Amino acid sequence: MIDFGFSISKSSHIQMDNVDLKLFNKLEALNPDISTCMACGLCTATCSAGNFTDASFRKIILMLQRGKDKEALEKVKKCMMCGKCILVCSRGINTRNILLSITRIYNEEDK
Amino acid sequence: MIVEGKQKIWADYQKDIPDDHYYYVRSCIRQSFFPASEVTFLDITRNKLGKDFYENPYHTTCGGIAYHSDSIPQETAMTIIARQFALMHESGYENYVCSCITSFGCYTETLETWHEFPELEDRIRQYLWDSCKKEFAKPKYLAHSSDIIYKFRHEIAKQAKYKLVNVKTGKPLKVVEHIGCHYSKMFPSKGFGGAEYPHVLVGMVEAWGGEVVDYPERRHCCGFGFRQYLIQANRGYSVSNTHKKFESMEPYEPDLIITNCPGCPYFLDRWQYVIAEQTGKTYSKNGYGIPALTYEEVAGLVLGYNPWDLGLQIHQVAIEPLLEKMGVEYDPKAKYKGINNKDLGTPENPINIKLI
Repeated sequence: MIDFGFSISKSSHIQMDNVDLKLFNKLEALNPDISTCMACGLCTATCSAGNFTDASFRKIILMLQRGKDKEALEKVKKCMMCGKCILVCSRGINTRNILLSITRIYNEEDK
Repeated sequence: MIVEGKQKIWADYQKDIPDDHYYYVRSCIRQSFFPASEVTFLDITRNKLGKDFYENPYHTTCGGIAYHSDSIPQETAMTIIARQFALMHESGYENYVCSCITSFGCYTETLETWHEFPELEDRIRQYLWDSCKKEFAKPKYLAHSSDIIYKFRHEIAKQAKYKLVNVKTGKPLKVVEHIGCHYSKMFPSKGFGGAEYPHVLVGMVEAWGGEVVDYPERRHCCGFGFRQYLIQANRGYSVSNTHKKFESMEPYEPDLIITNCPGCPYFLDRWQYVIAEQTGKTYSKNGYGIPALTYEEVAGLVLGYNPWDLGLQIHQVAIEPLLEKMGVEYDPKAKYKGINNKDLGTPENPINIKLI
C-alpha cells in the first residue's frame, strides 16, 4: 500500500436496506410510546449518568432505529435506573421501562 | 398526485436558453485536467450545431479557486468578474456561457449579490475603472455550457454515430450522473431541475440511449471542496467523500460516470487510483474502475470523435472497456501518440488498478 500522507476515514453512511429492524419492531410493539418520542433531549439533559458518561436515551433510540445495536447496548449499560428521565419526559414516555425492555429483548437475541 | 401542481413546481426550475450568439469563457483548471473537452464543445456547437460562439483571448480566470480557498476577498473576485463582463460587452455579446461550474457559481453569486446590494455593484464599477479603465454591462443571460448541450441534446442524438448502449447485450449503459455542487445547490432556480432533481445530465444520458443510476449518495459532493483538497493535510476529507460515493454506487454496477464540473471528473477519476492503492479495491468487476467523463467527452464519443482526440488517454481509469461496450472503433496503438504521431510516453502501471 502506498502512503500518500493522508488516509480514508471510515464512512458514517448507514445503508438502511441492510439494517434488520426485527428487534426494534418487537421493542416498539411492547412499548408503543417509543414512537411518540420527539427527541427533545430533556431526558438526556437531566440524566444522572449522562453527566459523567455518554449515556443518552435519545441517542440509544436513534442508534437502535439505525441498526447500531452494539453501540446502543453499550450506552444502556451506563443507565443507573434512577428514573429522573421519566419525570421530565414531555411526552410521558416510560423511559426506564423501555431501557429494561431493550436489555431483555436484545440480550435474549444474543443467547 | 395533482399533475398541474407538479408541472407548476417543475416550471420554476426551467431555464430559457437563447438559441444563438454566445460569449464563451474557458475554465482555468479544465484545460489542464481535460484538455480536449472545451475544444470539443466548441467544435460540436460551432460545426455540428452551427451556433455562433465567440471567445475573447483576453479573458482570464474568474478567480473562483482563489476565492473559495480564501486567498482573495469577494470584492477582488467580483472585480475580476466585472472585467470579464466588460470584455463581453466590448465584444458585442449578451449571452454569457462559462465552461466551469465554479465560475457559474461565482457569476451567479455575484449577480445575485449586486441585485441585493446595488451599492456594492457601484463600488465594483469604481474598482474596475480604477484598475483597468473599463466599464461593464451585466449579461442579459447567464448559462453553463452543459445547459447548451442539454438544450441541443436531441440534435446531437440525431447526428449520433454511437449510443450509450451495450452493443453486445443491447441494453442501455448504466450511467451515474454527477452534477457539480455549485450548479444548482447554491441557487436552485438557476439550474435545470433545481438542487434536488437537476435534469441537465439526466436529459443528455436519456437522449443518447443510457439509463441513469439512482443510488443513495447521488447528490453527495465529489470530495473536491477546495480547501479539503488544496491543503495536503485535509486531503483525507476529500478522498473519504469520494470513497463514500463509490461504496454507495458500487452495488448498481455503473458502466460510466458523467459530470459537468471541472473538479468532479478529476476527483472521481484520480481518487479511484488512490483508493485502489490504499485499500486494494476497484469499483468494477474487471479491475479497471469506472470511467468518469465530462459531458463534452461523452457527447464527442456519441458523435463518433476519435477517443484519443477527445483526450481520453489522459484519464486515470482506462477507457477501453467502455469503448468496447459502446462498440466505438479505436486504435489501441495510437493511445499514447500525440499530434504528428509524437510519442507521449507510456504511464507506469499502478499496482491495484488495471490500466492496460
